Amino acid sequence: MALTGIYAFLFYFAFVVLVGGVGYKIVQYARTPAPLKIPTTPAPTTRSGVVLRMGREVVLFESLFRSNKWIWIFGWLFHAGLFIVLARHLRYFTEPVWWWVDLIQPFGKYGAFAMIIGLVGLWARRLLVDRVRYITAPSDHLMLLLLTAIGVSGALMTFVNHTDIIAVKAFFLGIMGFEFGSMQPLPGDLLLLLHLGMVALLMLIFPFSKLLHAPGVFFSPSRNQVDNPRAEPGLRAHDSRHVAPWAVELETDRKA
Amino acid sequence: MADFETPELDDIPTIPTVKPGTMEHSAPYVAKPVIQAPLGFPGELVDDWETVAVAKLGELSNKYRALRVYLDSCVKCGACTDKCHYYLGTSDPKNMPVARQDLLRKVYRRYYTLAGKWFPKLVGATDMTKEVLDDWYSYYHQCSQCRRCSVFCPYGIDTAEISMAAREIMDAVGKGQKYCNEIIGKVFKIGNNLGLPEPALRDTLEDLEEEVEEECGVPVKFPLDVKGADVLLVTPSADFFAEPHIDGLIGYGKVFHQAGISWTVSSHASEAANFGMFIGSYENMRRVSMRIREAALDLGVKRIVFGECGHAWRVAYSFLNTLAGPFDFLDPNYPVPQHICEVTHDLIQKGVLKFDKSQNDHMVLTYHDSCNVARASRMGSKPGGQFTIPREILKAVCNNYVDMAQDSIHDATYCCGGGGGLLTDDLMELRVRGAKPRMEAVKQVVDAHGVTNMAAICAICKSQFTKVFPYYGYGMDMIVSLHQLVSNAIIMDGAQDGAGDAQETAEDAPQNA
Ligand code: SF4
Ligand code: SF4
Repeated sequence: MALTGIYAFLFYFAFVVLVGGVGYKIVQYARTPAPLKIPTTPAPTTRSGVVLRMGREVVLFESLFRSNKWIWIFGWLFHAGLFIVLARHLRYFTEPVWWWVDLIQPFGKYGAFAMIIGLVGLWARRLLVDRVRYITAPSDHLMLLLLTAIGVSGALMTFVNHTDIIAVKAFFLGIMGFEFGSMQPLPGDLLLLLHLGMVALLMLIFPFSKLLHAPGVFFSPSRNQVDNPRAEPGLRAHDSRHVAPWAVELETDRKA
Repeated sequence: MADFETPELDDIPTIPTVKPGTMEHSAPYVAKPVIQAPLGFPGELVDDWETVAVAKLGELSNKYRALRVYLDSCVKCGACTDKCHYYLGTSDPKNMPVARQDLLRKVYRRYYTLAGKWFPKLVGATDMTKEVLDDWYSYYHQCSQCRRCSVFCPYGIDTAEISMAAREIMDAVGKGQKYCNEIIGKVFKIGNNLGLPEPALRDTLEDLEEEVEEECGVPVKFPLDVKGADVLLVTPSADFFAEPHIDGLIGYGKVFHQAGISWTVSSHASEAANFGMFIGSYENMRRVSMRIREAALDLGVKRIVFGECGHAWRVAYSFLNTLAGPFDFLDPNYPVPQHICEVTHDLIQKGVLKFDKSQNDHMVLTYHDSCNVARASRMGSKPGGQFTIPREILKAVCNNYVDMAQDSIHDATYCCGGGGGLLTDDLMELRVRGAKPRMEAVKQVVDAHGVTNMAAICAICKSQFTKVFPYYGYGMDMIVSLHQLVSNAIIMDGAQDGAGDAQETAEDAPQNA
């Protein structure tokens, strides 16, 4: 029962840190002005064009595809695997389980392999390519270790050493419903405890690490800005200019 | 030729293995107090500069979203490591974009992130020290802010933004770069980078008029400070005297003359380049830009047109309206500003200009996309107009044109090696090494297609290639201005039996080829 309490507390805490931390960063990014238009061109000249460009970046990793096929293959495999695994995990947090989660169940189970292969590939590059080795910090290795360990422990539970998944689901539905009085016990299975512990750790690290690339990509001015900085015909008015609030102050000398 | 070795060109471009420290010794001259003062920067390293630098870094990351997002978002994937021409040409790992960013990022992490405060070793965070500052001074002056890395980074992380921030911090603590800051001072004082005063400029333009009339028999004007002209031409001051830049200026003059557009240069704003960008200083960039607004108002022009210059076009296209707008006093039928290539291209489309392409038959041409035009601006109304418009002009004025390899043109183009405030003799080794990837692409088309000349539309590119071509065994006159080719081929009304000047060029073709 103590174990259940500790894990319940751990997940509440990790959740608050994750949401609060990432939320804080998002607000900070949104509030920081982008005083100059700096899209990397050729860039779309319309908002909808930008949405498409961003969509291709986020879903297909378009720029990475252009730059390095090996990083692209491994990086994309990992992220696609992770996505499908996360989607599949929704079944442990919903009752009844949504139809589309059921639908992906058969493939979802193998998502872990895509994840692990991707991670191992990326790790190998980090060790074998001298340029990538040069830029690697200890934290980069630890991050790969953590993600790989989460993937492997998860896959082991799915394919080798089954855990009592019904009980796990009851536990999570319990903490999600704040049923403190009748908390469902978490199975004391070592693999499960490891897996969940590492997931909580990942959630805790997220807002303080390079994992911030996930929200960051949407705020990258070189990718999310429309290429329309010039005073085009018909757009001469003062308010069609792109000027940051702090830069307006510099202009007072001109108005005077 | 110099105390360093010119790199051997590879037949198949190869990615070098890392050789740490190769370019540690490379650093430009430091600005003296008299140079710092007009820009509002301290003359020498201030007391307690570490604190000042860290505070400035904090201030900048609150002012620039790009800086903050880029410092947080890099995943160290390595996709950018082989994309910088300086890394490819020097093998110094600190010239890999991500490693260059890390020089600043490790200080940011130390002072502005929890991970760096608590576990500096783990995440590669360090205190602001003298070694860090020296590294910044060396390596942030080995970035031409060309943005090639930003094309290939999955998050669009632009090392140019980080270099600019680092240079601004160094200026704030009193460690400025002589070359850039001296030039900005000249613009404030005299109006152009070269410090060319109004009388000298007037003489130069008058001489040019005589020369051109003698050559082609048409009285092409090169007007200065003419009130009520339609177009204010803002062009890099190198166009007034350097080779091959001046041939480009002659080309603009002929285009305007033939199209019957009245135009003028301004002695108040006789410079298109804006070195304020190189040092990351919004305020200095704005002060330089304001001169153009003032000149346009003072002369009562209707349009502003920029001459051939790369970084100048970036500041003009992307920032001018922000820094010096609104431009509601200009003719609403034209965008502000316009590029000279847009003007020429329009006139070609409308059938106003006619060419005798054979006047350029003594050359086989290729085209160098200048980095800041390619990746930081546009021409025309469609994305990618900056690639198509100059090429369409080229194809209209010459018969022999080939492109270099796909991975070295358009938005994947290589910087000439001298951009971003590095076009100074104290950085010659860096400039020569940084030109290696471009030289390899040139060599391919020279060997395979007999290319004799490369056209460009950037003053820095033209100066840089004039200097570095000889290091690689090519003639310095291999680089030509795009409007020089226009000038050769344009059919002028009233010219004496065809284009006399072009005949002449054709005669000395053999040496040229
Ligand atoms: S490509 Fe971008 S994310 Fe990858 S290492 Fe380079 S800067 Fe970092
Ligand atoms: S901006 Fe250009 S010079 Fe600077 S790091 Fe990137 S590729 Fe290299």
